[in-house]
Formats: sequence, structure tokens, C-alpha cells
Amino acid sequence: MRSLFRFLLRNYFLMMFLALEAISFVLIVSFNNYQRVTFFNSSNNFAGTVYEKFSSIDDYFSLSRTNARLAAENASLRKQLLFRMSLQEQYPVNRPDTVEAPAYIFTSAKVISNSVNKQFNYITLNKGSRHGIKPDMGIIDASGVVGVITNVSPNYSTGLSLLNKRLMGISAQITKNNYSGALVWDGENYNTADLKEIPFNVMVNVGDTVVTSSNSGIFPEGIMIGTIKKVDVQSGTNFYNIKVELSTNFKTLKYVEVVQNTKRTELIKLESNNVGE
Amino acid sequence: MIKDFGKYAIMFVSLVLIQVLILNNIQFSGFVNPYIYILFILLLPFNIPGYILLGLSFLLGLSVDIFNSTPGIHSGATVLLGFLRPGIANLISSREIIEKGNTPNLKQLGFASFLKYTIFAVLIHHLFLFYAEAFSFGGFFHTLLRTILSSIFSIVLILASQFIVFKN
Repeated sequence: MRSLFRFLLRNYFLMMFLALEAISFVLIVSFNNYQRVTFFNSSNNFAGTVYEKFSSIDDYFSLSRTNARLAAENASLRKQLLFRMSLQEQYPVNRPDTVEAPAYIFTSAKVISNSVNKQFNYITLNKGSRHGIKPDMGIIDASGVVGVITNVSPNYSTGLSLLNKRLMGISAQITKNNYSGALVWDGENYNTADLKEIPFNVMVNVGDTVVTSSNSGIFPEGIMIGTIKKVDVQSGTNFYNIKVELSTNFKTLKYVEVVQNTKRTELIKLESNNVGE
Repeated sequence: MIKDFGKYAIMFVSLVLIQVLILNNIQFSGFVNPYIYILFILLLPFNIPGYILLGLSFLLGLSVDIFNSTPGIHSGATVLLGFLRPGIANLISSREIIEKGNTPNLKQLGFASFLKYTIFAVLIHHLFLFYAEAFSFGGFFHTLLRTILSSIFSIVLILASQFIVFKN
């Protein structure tokens, strides 16, 4: 016993090194975003506050760009509104049901931290559970899909950006023919991702638009994801290799909207009934 | 000693903040991300006790991890660097300089030794970091390319910071 003790004492540097590496390794392996580990990520209050303070300084330098983008979005929304109103005048029967609550609720939030150059990129927003944000809500911005919320603290939330290999596929479809597949980031370039599971019998062309499908229950149907950049035929499989050029510019994200599907729990409950049979 | 403690505490906080607020936002072609916060480990005195060296290395890595939402990745890399630091120091420097309890900075070591010291340290840290981040050897060369490009930037920035501090 004593000699063991002496051995440990003599080699304490090595032992301490091994112990600390073991702790790090356990942290790496056990950190799974779906376990809601709230301390070791930037949704905790301390890191969130630091990021927010810094981001408010940074904002001054991008005011004009952000303004221009918001104005452009306003203009496009106004155009859509006018179009809807004129449709309603022409076809008064098609009046939307105002009693029914909308399925999707949008909350605007500001990006206070974001990266594009890791294999696992995360995004931190300045809104949290006090503002009604919950895990598994979608994040979008004016130009397209951004990611999914995973961790929430009272004032902040973090999510997996689309540029994160832990994000196991966003359900996406090709607008032209409604075929849907899974969108997975390739881990190489911050403006392309792979669209998987599109079979050979489908006609796919470069330039086709890819949008979210309604399968996921996280995003509303038809939110822009990007356009097809390259189509490859891989021998030995039944599926295309499709590269999609993402419409969202992840480098300049500033303001985003968090989407809540108010009927998601109902949907999941209903669908889970089918599993056991 | 107390004065040194204050100096190192300020250095710790400012390096972590510079890293997470400024350098992590340098997103040059999506490949390059310099990590200069390890300068803190490099600049600890030669005669620092081993447990303090390892403990501080772990704390430093963990602080950066918390901001990056990457628990374990940076702390693993910094602990490895802390463990190998005495070895690297022996490799690049003579016995007298080490035993006097100097600080391994540019002024004490001279340019050639400090450059070697930095290159070894940055490569060890970055190799561990990028492969732990990818968590696989799939895409081996892609990860290697990212490691090398980022290492070059880190080394240049660390040397530049030393030149700014010791410009007189």
C-alpha cells in the first residue's frame, strides 16, 4: 500500500495529466446536445452576458448593412401582403379562418455568437425560456434556414447551426417535384451542404430550388434552403450525390426568427402511436 | 509573487476574451482559426510546480470550451500542452536559463529558440485540438490542412504579440 502511494506521489505529474485528460475525454464523449447540459455551453448566463455586451459594440459597425437587409425584407413582405389582399378581393371565398390559431409562431432574436469554421458550429441567441424559446424550435432568417435550438437558459439559448455535423439531417424537398431527402452539412464549406436520399429515378437539375419539407415538424413547409449546385451519380448506390448551395450567409447572421410549431407535440404524440405496431 | 499572480490573472482573462470575442470571429475561408490563448501556458515561469502548470492549463482550456460550447476539446489540448511543456523547454533551452527560474518569453530565449518553442507548442496543441474536434480520422488530410493553416496563423500572431510587448 505504501509503495503504491509512493509510486503515485513520485509520478504525480503523469497521474495528474492522465486524470485531467480522462476528465476532458469524458466531457467530449458525454456532451450530447440532446442531454441539455446547460453549464458547459454558451447559453449559460455568464458566457451569454459577455457575448451580448461584445455584440452590442460590434453592432455599430454593421448597422447600415443590417438596416439595408431589414428594409429589403420589409419590402418583400409588403409586396406579398398586397398580393394576398388583391387575391382576397378577387376570390372572397378564400378568406382565411381567423378563429384557428396559427400553427407557427415567430419570435425575433439577435445572434450574439456564431461560427462557421468548426466541424460543429453553434449559434447563441439573446432570447431564452423567458421569451418562450424551447428546445427543438427552428431558427430561420430572411434568406433561409439557420438551425435548431437545443439548449435554453432563462435569457439565452444556443442551437446547432445548419453547419454542424451533429445535426442529423433537416428534412428538405426539391420544389420542382416534391421529392424529399435529408440535408446534411459536408463539414467542408460554410456555404454548401449535401442533400441525401434522392433516388436515381427523379429528374434533378443544377439550379433547382431546395426548401424545407413538412416532414420535420420543426420548420414550416417551403422555407428556402438553397439551390442545387452539383449533381453526381455515384456508382454502386441508388442515390444521387447532390451539393446544395445554401441561401443563408452564415458569416453575416445578425437577426433571426425562432419558429415554434404549436402543434408539434400533438403531431409527435399521434405519430408515436404508430411506432409500437 | 503576489505581483506575478496579478499579472498572470490579468493575462488569463484578457487572452480568453481576445480568443473568444475576436479571434474566433476571424473566419478566413472557413479554414483558419488561430488560437493564441495558449500563449498563457507558454509564458508561465520555467520553475512552476507541475500541479499548478497542469491545473492552470486545464482551467484555461475549460474557459475557452465554455464559450465555444465544446466541453473537453480545448481542455484536453491544453492539458496535453501543459504536460509536454517541460519537455519542450528542455529541448530548446539550456539548463542555466531554465534553472534560474526565468519566464520563457522572446526576450529571455532569443528569437530562434522562442520560435522553435512556439512552433512545437502550437503544433502539439492544434493537432490534438483539430482531431479531437473532428473526433475521427476520416477526412485525415482535410483536418491536417486545417491544422497547418491555423497553426501558421497562430504562430505569427504569438510572435507578433511578443514583438509588440518587447518593442523597446
